[in-house]
Amino acid sequence: MVIDRHRWLPPIGLAALALVPVVAALTDDPYLVTIFTRIVVLALAAVSLDFILGYGAMVSFGHAAFIGAGAYTVGILGQHAIMGTPIIPGVPALTGTTAGLIAWPLGVVVAALLALFIGALSLRTRGIHFIMITLAFAQMFFFLFISMERYGGEDGIVLWQRNTLPLIDTGNAVHYYYLCLALLAACVFILQRIVRARFGRVIRGAAENERRMHALGFPVYRYRLAAFTLAGAIGGLAGVLLANLDTYVSPETLHWTQSGELMIMVILGGMGSLHGAVVGATALVLLEETLATWTEHWMIILGPILILVVLFARRGLYGWLAGRAR
Amino acid sequence: MLLFLEQVLNGLQFGVMLFMLAAGLTLIFGIMGLINLAHGSLYMVGAFAAASVLAVTGSFLLAVLGGMVAAGLAGLLIESAIMRRLYARGHLDQVLATFGLILFFNEFVRMVWGPRPLYLDIPSWLAGTVEIFPGAGYPLYRLAIIAVGLAIAAGLWWLVQRTRLGMLLRAGAADREMVAALGVNTTRLYAGVFVLGAVLAGLAGALAGPLFTVEVGMGEHILIQTFVVIVIGGIGSIRGALVGALLVGMVDTLGRAYLPSLLRLVAEPATADGVGSALASMLIFVLMAAVLIWRPRGLLPAHGH
Repeated sequence: MVIDRHRWLPPIGLAALALVPVVAALTDDPYLVTIFTRIVVLALAAVSLDFILGYGAMVSFGHAAFIGAGAYTVGILGQHAIMGTPIIPGVPALTGTTAGLIAWPLGVVVAALLALFIGALSLRTRGIHFIMITLAFAQMFFFLFISMERYGGEDGIVLWQRNTLPLIDTGNAVHYYYLCLALLAACVFILQRIVRARFGRVIRGAAENERRMHALGFPVYRYRLAAFTLAGAIGGLAGVLLANLDTYVSPETLHWTQSGELMIMVILGGMGSLHGAVVGATALVLLEETLATWTEHWMIILGPILILVVLFARRGLYGWLAGRAR
Repeated sequence: MLLFLEQVLNGLQFGVMLFMLAAGLTLIFGIMGLINLAHGSLYMVGAFAAASVLAVTGSFLLAVLGGMVAAGLAGLLIESAIMRRLYARGHLDQVLATFGLILFFNEFVRMVWGPRPLYLDIPSWLAGTVEIFPGAGYPLYRLAIIAVGLAIAAGLWWLVQRTRLGMLLRAGAADREMVAALGVNTTRLYAGVFVLGAVLAGLAGALAGPLFTVEVGMGEHILIQTFVVIVIGGIGSIRGALVGALLVGMVDTLGRAYLPSLLRLVAEPATADGVGSALASMLIFVLMAAVLIWRPRGLLPAHGH
């Protein structure tokens, strides 16, 4: 009997990720937990991008905008909480907060609204125009925050501490890691259900043949917009987690190279499998870390690797791990 | 009024500079269907090569020539090694592979020329100002760039509209498969178009040297503005690239010059300057979004797409 690797790889991967803090404790290498928290958070962002890119063929080159939206929500609320200043001058009732139960959902909602707005305009276009208009929107917010002196400008916002949550000590690296991992697992699970449900079939059908889906009576635009908004919301969650991980919000999170890196993770792992995005995020971050220990000029190696992957390894690492295509 | 005129000239100068990059990029997309993010890297290679030639020979003309040759050679190299495998691929693959090229070129330049930015001097015979109106001087060097840019626009117009090669380019932009089916050596045509785009990018980089700092990553910022240009103008159309470049150059320059002071009329100075400069840097993206919503294929799209 052929072992169904598609069924067993995800739980094995999750178990391996869950064991990271144990390995870190055994090898006395706490930095490992930090690296893997970053991996898990970026994987969450990559998974959300894969949802629209891999299944819906929406090549969004501006996913960093949603990560930035989540991160800056946490950052702005945190800064006002530290300074004790109102968010809107003259409205003292609206102060900042470090409470995760307020800041986190708010970050997700802000990112979702931003995605709804960007998506509503961008999804009217196709092909290269869609790529460029999503890129343009993300750059717009990059420049907006670069020039907002009130929120640090190019320096970003330094937070004093992570957001507080009931029952969970977010300041503890291991607790925070498991929290991020649980959120990643939950999002992958939910997105997988959505992809297999009717909603996901419409999205996938529209990617293959939009005209046919129209003829079948599906309002393709609305379906795409809903998917785009959901992806933006999850990207926002990743941004919230990233801001808390670093206790620092940088305009770099909005930069277009960040969007590019997320796309690389999706392709490297294998498009349209959600788990592939997790593999891709892990591979890219570990590759960067490893190359960086060899040479400071690690990008001169990473660049050609990317080109080779695009040219010769179309199915990505996950496709290679999981064997034949579904 | 004189200040306004100066800003208009600045906008024109930035516009023709964008045009030198956009013309190549739009041809490469229009004819080969390739999104080339590494176009900005060729601009950077041109600028660094020009800086080196200038340091060795002391001749600015040789430096510009060196920038063009270096960018052209780099273009020839990446076209034959990588790009031609990407023409038939999807946009996503093209974006990623050329993103990889950006990483490579940035690090390569950092290894060869070091991490410090270079500053080029304006050659003595182009230094100084010209009195365009009584009492109003304008830098000669910027006027020279405008002249070169307009000459290139005219040259490209002649090439595309009046030569046999131009006929093939127009045919290629309209229907790639048909051109190949009619027996045109498309491999050579594509390589030629790519190298032409690379040489123009190198020229822009070399000319930009004395105006901006020559540093790693200089190509990326202008690359995105160039994409805005070709999307606004209509992808594949040189005329569109010219219109888009001048529009973006003007809007960006005038926005940066006047938005803060316009906002001062309605808000307090500190807020107005902050919001004004933020809005100014977002302006061309707003313009692009507006154009795309109004005319999804750009202002002057090439036929057949």
